[in-house]
This record gives sequence, structure tokens and C-alpha cells, in this order.
Amino acid sequence: MYPAPFEYHRALSVSEALALLAQYGDEAKILAGGHSLIPVMKLRFASPAHLVDIARIPGLAGITEGDGMIRIGAATRHADVVSSPIVRAKAPLLAEAASQIGDPLIRNMGTIGGSVAHADPGADLPAVMLALGATLVATSQAGSRTIAADDFFPDVFMSALRPGELLTEIRIAEQGAGAAYEKRADPASGYAIVGIAVQLASAGGTISSVRVGMTGLGPKAMRLAGVEAALEGQPVSGATADAAASRAAEGIMFIDDARGSAAYKANLARVHAGRAIARACERAASR
Amino acid sequence: MTTTTAPRAPLIGSSPKRKEDGRFITGTGRYTDDINMPGQLHAAFVRSPYAHAKIRSIDSSAALAMPGIHAVITGEELKAAGVNPLPPGWLHPGIQIAEFWPLAVGQVSHVGNAVAAVLADSPALARDAADAVVVDYDEQPAVAEGVDALKPGAPQVHEKIPGNVVFRWALGDADATDTAMQGARSIVRQHLTNQRLIANAIEPRASLANYDVAADEVTLYVTSQNPHVHRLIMGAFVLGLPEHKFRVIAPDVGGGFGSKIFIYPEECVVAWASKSLGRPVKWTATRSEAFVSDAQGRDHDTHVEMAFDEGGKIVALRVRTVANLGAYLTLFAPAVPTYLYGTVMSGPYNIPAIHVEVTAAYTNTTPVDAYRGAGRPEATYALERTMDVAAHQLGIDGAELRRRNLIPKDAFPFQTAVALQYDSGNYEPALDRALAMIDYPQLRAEQAEGRTKGKYLGIGLSTYIEACGLAPSHVVGSLGAQAGLYESGVVRVHPTGKVTVLTGSHAHGQGHETTFAQIVAHELGCGIDDVEVVHGDTGRVPFGMGTYGSRSGAVGGAALFSAAQKVKEKGRKIAAHLLEAAPEDVDFADGSYFVKGSPGTSKAFGEIALAAYLAHNIPADMEPGLEATTFFNPANFVFPFGTHVAVVEVDVETGSVQLIRYVAVDDFGNVINPMIVDGQLHGGITQGASQALWEGAQYDSNGQLLTGSMMNYALPKAEFLPMFETDRTVTPSPVNPLGVKGAGEAGTIASTAAVANAVIDALAPFGITHLDMPLTPSKIWEAVNAARGGN
Repeated sequence: MYPAPFEYHRALSVSEALALLAQYGDEAKILAGGHSLIPVMKLRFASPAHLVDIARIPGLAGITEGDGMIRIGAATRHADVVSSPIVRAKAPLLAEAASQIGDPLIRNMGTIGGSVAHADPGADLPAVMLALGATLVATSQAGSRTIAADDFFPDVFMSALRPGELLTEIRIAEQGAGAAYEKRADPASGYAIVGIAVQLASAGGTISSVRVGMTGLGPKAMRLAGVEAALEGQPVSGATADAAASRAAEGIMFIDDARGSAAYKANLARVHAGRAIARACERAASR
Repeated sequence: MTTTTAPRAPLIGSSPKRKEDGRFITGTGRYTDDINMPGQLHAAFVRSPYAHAKIRSIDSSAALAMPGIHAVITGEELKAAGVNPLPPGWLHPGIQIAEFWPLAVGQVSHVGNAVAAVLADSPALARDAADAVVVDYDEQPAVAEGVDALKPGAPQVHEKIPGNVVFRWALGDADATDTAMQGARSIVRQHLTNQRLIANAIEPRASLANYDVAADEVTLYVTSQNPHVHRLIMGAFVLGLPEHKFRVIAPDVGGGFGSKIFIYPEECVVAWASKSLGRPVKWTATRSEAFVSDAQGRDHDTHVEMAFDEGGKIVALRVRTVANLGAYLTLFAPAVPTYLYGTVMSGPYNIPAIHVEVTAAYTNTTPVDAYRGAGRPEATYALERTMDVAAHQLGIDGAELRRRNLIPKDAFPFQTAVALQYDSGNYEPALDRALAMIDYPQLRAEQAEGRTKGKYLGIGLSTYIEACGLAPSHVVGSLGAQAGLYESGVVRVHPTGKVTVLTGSHAHGQGHETTFAQIVAHELGCGIDDVEVVHGDTGRVPFGMGTYGSRSGAVGGAALFSAAQKVKEKGRKIAAHLLEAAPEDVDFADGSYFVKGSPGTSKAFGEIALAAYLAHNIPADMEPGLEATTFFNPANFVFPFGTHVAVVEVDVETGSVQLIRYVAVDDFGNVINPMIVDGQLHGGITQGASQALWEGAQYDSNGQLLTGSMMNYALPKAEFLPMFETDRTVTPSPVNPLGVKGAGEAGTIASTAAVANAVIDALAPFGITHLDMPLTPSKIWEAVNAARGGN
């Protein structure tokens, strides 16, 4: 309930935030929406000496588009992502998944950048980033670099961000309607027990490209390569979905834990992948 | 005094909006944590990280050296100061009582056991210093499950209590049950667990004590469902504070579900420290502390044997239960798995022979006590789950099997085989109505058709009775209670005719400020806004037993009704005097007294009130004033009953369950405020359904709580639930003048079994006849997968 003492810094520009990060190093944590950080501080599982609040930095929140690319500021709240006409039209997968994060209070405070950078194994957005092939922009005092979503989630609660780097922007290429996010939420936490994000494109009734991201069932969000391979070049149909989904657990070592047996988790991966793919196919076919 | 059943119009039986909601929904309620006093210190507790350990030493020096720290209090210090252990309030013969010190003395017995208290200038400083208190623990082997604790060689929770047995208790006729079992056509056996639950009231426990040196009086604000009981137990048994120098106030309280009945270590420490240090002392639990220190609920392991004759009638019932009571006995703990459990094991059924055996065990877990329903949900679940297993085994439809066994309406008063006498009841109409509302035959047809298409609907019934309105004092006293459970009510009419009502009941969500005002306003012919209901303050209310066991309407409401009638009768005498008529010739209607046959000659109630206080023109032999007190002591429990039906759809590919319909037909007797009763029922159904599907405390074998936060202990959310469909039958209770029965727990009592039965019914095509709760997707999928011959 009462976190250990810490110093609070409100950054009003990215450069100020980066300077604070450089100054305090490991002792500093970024505060955006605070919905992952504050609870663990209250429980004293984390006791950072410095918090750098980036939520009020002008220009760090907001959604724009141009040249076939959607750019979302890292401090953009989930609720604003969900209601964005740009996101709804051109990255509907993200709008669908973000609408299922937590509850309205969490969506009003939590940010897209915070959720992605925190890399919680049960968070919804990492799977979505993978399925969308998003590009993450990391900024430090040395400048900016881009990181592909595929490279952004190396391990449990770990991102590819280096010390001194701030996730500033998420770039997503415009996508079609062939998408779906299929989630089973934990009844307590609301996090995904399983979440499967599918984004596919089709041409002439055939799947021309597809990416499938999965969250919840393992230590980190991951792509389902076997499923993607099984879908590529196949007709957009329910039969395709079933056949491909049977490969959802391929090559993944699920473990037994309080949430269920490895066999149960493999089953969830297959069933939810099948449902997500079927829905994505339906949507692709109806356009 | 007359005790006629009240007419049900206009105010009793209507649904005015709740008077208290204005302040609650505008954030102007006044909870314990909202109250602050000049100079107050804040307490934080050092708690055991181990389920079982001896305390070698406690080193407070580092904590005491920190800024803003005023004291570190230990159990040895309290003991030396004459503070006593917290006592349980219901003693069975042979009960073994472990000393429950406000702060641990010598050993800790569960994770979260309070070891020391730190007092500081702020909550944050107190927390920091609590982390700096060094306790040297010698960890001991621990046991978490009741059944495990009773095994030979199990770790000893308390050295002086061999075998970890709190008590062995039995009810009913063992020989008659054995004989009937032997002659039975078939015996249905089921083992089932009723998992442990954590209450999770929205407002965590809190206390603020202030010692007034001049008056030599301690005032304690505390989250209590029964402030007078707090005062009595803490004052007389634990702290040695004289009752007339100890005032307990339970202001607005944000939910209890039983968990705020009991006297807890923290509030004892806070009250003691305030007097000891001469400063106000405050403590508010964190949610994490609530998970390990609020008394938890349920936790039974039960074997049921139900014997039938060839006609599908139950001839005998044998129930053997192990109740896990945790590390210490809190106030009601011994009563819950015994007199609130075994006594309702007949349910709504005519069962000629019953024998219930309960063994209560100590374990290295947080204490277990009453949680919404308290014993009666456990009994109902055991009975109703077994009824469905029996229906399946005997090849009789579950609704039909229940109907064959219901106590017929002409059998009341009905003496059960387990001590209680049901005074009234008419069970079949509720069953009929519920089946009609759900369209049972049509639903069964849909279910059969769905199964051919891979759609698995389940229909679950629960026909229940509840014994509540705790409690007829002479009855419970003879059963071992250390106190009767009457209630006080004062109706104080002011000279202007406005009314203040004092009640020993305590509202923490129940809406008494509205329903009690309705009762009194109905009797006195005024509006509910003319009646102020005061509760929760031992300095204002004469005495009270508080609110639990669905007792407030049936006992506290009855006390007020009776006091209002006394006031009305005195008013009649004054009116007769003023109207120069005989009292028996004076009638009362619409707020006025008048001479029978001449309504033009009348005195308004306000005029009578003023006359009573001006007192120069009242009968010469009459005392001035207009006020009456009643201590209502019920002659029996009240017995609500009904039938609930749940409909679920199970996705057998993932094991997930959707509750799609819920029908409840209940009989609460006369209803004071139907809207409030519906609200109570909705909340109760939700909590019961939640036990069936989502909730469950889990300890590992070392006694560590694995479900210690909202991140992993699932509470129900509105989106999980369908709209509930409710209806009522009305069979007034004969034991109170209002004819009301309790409604606060019925939903919880009925719904767990209804929902669990629905899920198991959905899985019948897979040959699944039972799974233990909570019925999580992984558990269901594993069972279905195994039935399909999966890996």
C-alpha cells in the first residue's frame, strides 16, 4: 500500500526524460500510465529510487498516418487507441485487442508504449505487435533506432530496449480487414490466459501473407511459425483455419502450472488459433 | 402489546430508494479511514512470512532508531501488561482452544500472523520501520489441509493440542441411520470439497482508537458488523477495559460478508496502544493484509451417503465432514461447521434418519469463520450436489427426485432429524414456479438437441431451506452458545413528532436506514424522511448483537416494530385523554388518532408527541415523554426456502463455462422493501456462483497462500453474469410480528449448488458425475479430455 520512498521527476520533453535516465541509470524507472509499475511498487516488489514521468510530454501521445504508415506515440492511452478512427480503419486488430485490455479505468490510464515495453507475458499487445509486424522506435541521447517487433520481446518481462533508451513511437503499416484477436482472459487479473492475434492479407481468395502472434501461454509473446507456414498460399476458408491451427503448439514447450497442464495449454493454443484464423478469414472474405 | 402481522401497505412492501445511497454515491460516506484525529499515530504490523515457526527473538532497535517512530509493541509486552488471548464465543464439549494472542507469543501459526506493531507519525514511516524489525524465526513443519492435519504424524500446529483436533461433534441418530442404510434399496455416495473462500469486502478492515484522559474513556472506531459485541469481547475478555469507559463506533462500513463480525488482533492492539501511549492510533489494512488476516470461509472435506427406497425417497443420510478452522478460533468459528451446518442437513426434505459427524482441525492457515451463509451453504451444497448424483444414478429426473422428497405443506411444524423444528413452509409452489419460469421441459429438449450438435447446455437445480434470523437465545444457549442473539430497538419520538430510531443491528450494505425507517414510519403514519435510523455506536444505542446470519429484519426489525407499537399505544392513551374518550374508542390512521366513528375529531401524531413532552395535559398516572424500547428475543429461527435454477453452456473444446440464465424463486415471508431484497439476492447469487466457477483460496503444502491478491484470486465481475430472473412466494414467518424472514444469505446458499449442478449436468454425456469446485476451464477440459480418451 505504501511504496518505499522515491523521488518523482516530471519530464516535459523527451530530451529531459533521456537526461534523467542517463543521470540515474538503473535507479530510474519510466512512469507512464503506472498500471503495471505502481502496484508492484506498492507491494514493494520494486523500489526504484527515481520515477521519470513521461505522461505529460507534449507530442509523445497521439496517432497520425502518412505514406501507408500509422505512427502512435508511446504515451498514447489504450482508450485513445481503441477510439482512434485511424486505428479502427487501418489496424483494426490493434483496436480489437486494445479494447480487451483490463477494464475502462485501466484503458483510460495505461499506455501502448508502457504495455509493450513492460513485456508482461500475459499482456495483449505484444502478440498484436508481432502479428502486425510493428516497428518500435527507441530513442536515447545517442539518437533513435528502430526495432522490429520480432526482435523486441527476448524473454519474460524483458524488452530489447537498452539502458538509457525510451520507447517513443510505434509504427504500423496499414493493414486490411483480415484480422482477429481471440482472447481468454484470466477471471482474476484480466490478463490473457491465451491471446492469439492474426493478421492476414489475401488476393483472389488466397492468403498472400499472414502473421500470427500468441501471448499468455508461455514466458513471452511469440509468433506461431508453423501456423503461418500452413496458411501461406492457402484459400481463405474455415477448412484452412482448422488445418493450420492444428500446428499452433508445434515446437513450443508448454509447462504445467497453476493455470493448467501443458496439454491444456497446447489445446488452448490450437483452439483459439483456429477461432482467430477463422474469424480473420471471414473478415478478409467479406471485404 | 399486540403482535398482529402488519398490513403490507403502504410503506411496508414498497420500494422507496435507499436513503443512504445519496452519501455513498457522492463520496460523502464516513468510513473509519476517513476519520482523523489531531496527534494520531499510525500502526503497521510485522507479520509472519512463515506458516509455522517459533520466535527466537525480536529485535526492534533498528526500527526504533528510525525517524518518526514512537513504539514497537510485541506479544510478550502485551501479555505482561495483562492483555488476554481473543476468545471463541461458542464452546463444544471437549473443545481444544489454542491461545490466540493479539500479537504472537512464542510462535507464529500462519502466514500473516501479527508479530509486532510499529507506531509512527505516518503510515509510510510505520511501514518502513515494520520492515526494519528483525524477527528471528525457527521455521517448523506446517500443514495446510484439514484432512492432512488429522493424519497420524502430521505437523503439530499447537504443541499442546495433539492430533490438531479442535473438537469432534455429532448430531442426529447414528443407530437409526445405520439401520435405515442397511434396509435401503440403494445408497448414493459422494465425496466433495467445499473450497476455502476469502471474503474481500470492498472496504478493508480499519480501526482508530482515542483515549480521552479527562474522561478516562477509550473510543474505538472500527469496521465492525456488531460494535456492542466488539465492546463486550474486547473490553471484558481481552483488554480489561470497563464497558462504561469503552465506546465502540462502527461508522459507515463497506461490506463485511461475515468477516467483520469477529474481534481481530489489530484492533485490540490499536485500542491498547492508544491508552498506553495517550495518543490516537490508527490502522487501515492493505488488501494484501486482508488476504492473510481476515477470517476466511468454508473449507470442508465431506463424505455424503444418501440412502433411498425403491420409490426414490430418501430413507437416511450420513455426512462426515472435516472442517479446516485454520490456526486459531475466531469468534463464531466453532459454531459454523456444527450448529449452522449439521442442523440444516435435512434441507427441505423429509429425511427420517440423519447422522452428521464433524471433525474440526487446526492447520497453519488463516483462521476460518463465518462467510456469507456460514455453514448453511456448505450443507446445501453437500445435499444438493448429492441429490443430482443420486438422480443420475437412480435414473430419475433431478426435479422429480427433489419433488418426491420435499416436506409436504401439511407436515408443518416439521421436526427434522437434526434438532430443528421448521415452523412453516410450502416448498412445492416455489419449485413449480421456478420450473415454469425456466420452461423446464422445453429446456431439457433444447439440451438434448444441442448435444447432437456439439452444444453442451447444463441445467442445475437447488431446492434449499435456510435457518436464519439468528437466533432464539434459549435454543442456542442450550446448544453451547455463550450468548443469546436477541436485538434491541428504541423508538424515540421528539416533541415535534420527528423520530429517532436506535437499533443494535448494523448496516454495512443492507440498507437498514431505509427499511427500518419504513417499518417505523409505517407504524406511526409518518414519512421515512421523518425517521432517522441510528446504529453502530455503543454510546448511543442501548445494546445490540449486530448484523449477520440474516437476522436484521427478522430480529432487529421486529424489535423496532414492537417498540413503535408501544409508542403508538401510549399515544393512543394521550389522545384519548385529550379527546375525552376511552382509549379503546380511539383509532389511529394516516398519522392521526380519532374517536371511532367521528374522524373529524382527531389529534395528529405530532400534537400527541408535543403533549407527551409538555406533559401538563396527559393522564395523571402517566410518565411524560414518548419513547419505547424493545429487546426482541425470537422464539425460533426463521426458515426461508426456495428453488434456484441455473443454466450454463460449456465450451468443451476449452472447458470454459458461460452462465446463461439464472432463475430464483424464494420465500422470504413478507418483504419490507422488494428492491432491497432483490439487491441482496443478486449479490448473494453472485457470490455463490462465484464459488462454483471462479473463487478459491489455495495454499501450498508449506502453508503459503498462493492466491494472495486480486491478480490470482478471482472475484466475480458483472460481465460474467446474466440478468437474474427472480420471483417470490410468500409464507409469512410466525415467529416475528412482521412475518419476515432473512434474505441476506439465501442467494449464496442456493446458488453454489445450482451452478455447480448445471456444469456437471452439461458434462453428463462424457460420463462425468462430479468435479470439485471451482469448476475452472482447465479442470473441466482435463475431465472431458480424459473421458474422450485423450492424452
